[in-house]
Amino acid sequence: MKKTIPALLVFLALALMTAGAVLAQSGNPGEPTDDQVNTIAKQLYCPVCENIPLDVCGTQACAQWRDLIREKLGQGWSEAQIKQYFATQYGDRVLATPPARGLNWLVYIVPPMAILAGIYILYRAFQSWKRPSAEEDVKAAEPVPPPADDYVLRLEEELKKR
Amino acid sequence: MSTNTTETVAPEAKVRARPHWGRILVWVGVLGLLAILALGLRRAQQGPITVGDTVPNFTLTTFDGKTINLTDLKGKVVVLNFWASWCKPCEQEAADLEAAWRLYQPDGKVVFLGADYVDTEPEALGYLKKFNITYPNGPDLGTRISQAFRIRGVPETYIIDDENVLRSVQIGPFGSLSQIQGMIDPLLGQ
Repeated sequence: MKKTIPALLVFLALALMTAGAVLAQSGNPGEPTDDQVNTIAKQLYCPVCENIPLDVCGTQACAQWRDLIREKLGQGWSEAQIKQYFATQYGDRVLATPPARGLNWLVYIVPPMAILAGIYILYRAFQSWKRPSAEEDVKAAEPVPPPADDYVLRLEEELKKR
Repeated sequence: MSTNTTETVAPEAKVRARPHWGRILVWVGVLGLLAILALGLRRAQQGPITVGDTVPNFTLTTFDGKTINLTDLKGKVVVLNFWASWCKPCEQEAADLEAAWRLYQPDGKVVFLGADYVDTEPEALGYLKKFNITYPNGPDLGTRISQAFRIRGVPETYIIDDENVLRSVQIGPFGSLSQIQGMIDPLLGQ
């Protein structure tokens, strides 16, 4: 019994510490974390600071945008909804990945098509390089035909008669 | 003999007559792409609306939900100001623009419009409240208006006459109320 009481106290102390830690971690459960905000922010570009993703942009405009993302996440908006909101408000050009509609389809279709066409052209080129060399080898193996000269032919016939 | 010739020529003619659909398709694709590229380049090379050009119609939806079309404002001088709450130079001219609006508002011959560029609504509304701005203001949805004018930054102000022709441009903030008047008054005397 004497041994069990200190062990019980230690267990209780540890349990309380763990509970405290859990409470500290949860903090404000409704507030989105910076990581959640930046996950969406890195997929957006502010037109004011071209070519700088929103998550690393240091201007006030970008800070306001990040605050807006945080606010929308806090309201329970999904990532897709937030991106759609920004596209509606500021145009498709704020999206890192252009939406697959209209002429934007070209971005997704043309590069694979160009790669396939390139592979086909290379294939045909390699084939055309291979073909003449094989024919030349065959030609080289064949005996050279004698010149079709009348004088030589008559001479050969004379020789055969003898 | 003549029959033989016919027999040998006929298959060749058939082969030649057959269209190479693959090649045709590739060429159509390439030409289509070039056409799209040319259109894109032509669009990119179009400069900003310059003084003397007729301003294409645009629609501004204000923060309180009203829709304003430029074409509906024919017969009035339009002062279109691009601004943002994060723009410090915009703050320099905010009071002067509001003072000018209050000066011209009673006659009804001049309309002031504020296009809020790449901004967030709470901050924009805070800015309007801070400077007590009462003329119609709204977000530049999809940055369509600023792209049409090809603005280089904020603030920029475009003065459009009663025939929707661009008459003057102010890049950067106005320095004073008299400067704003100096751009509007000549258009009212026409």
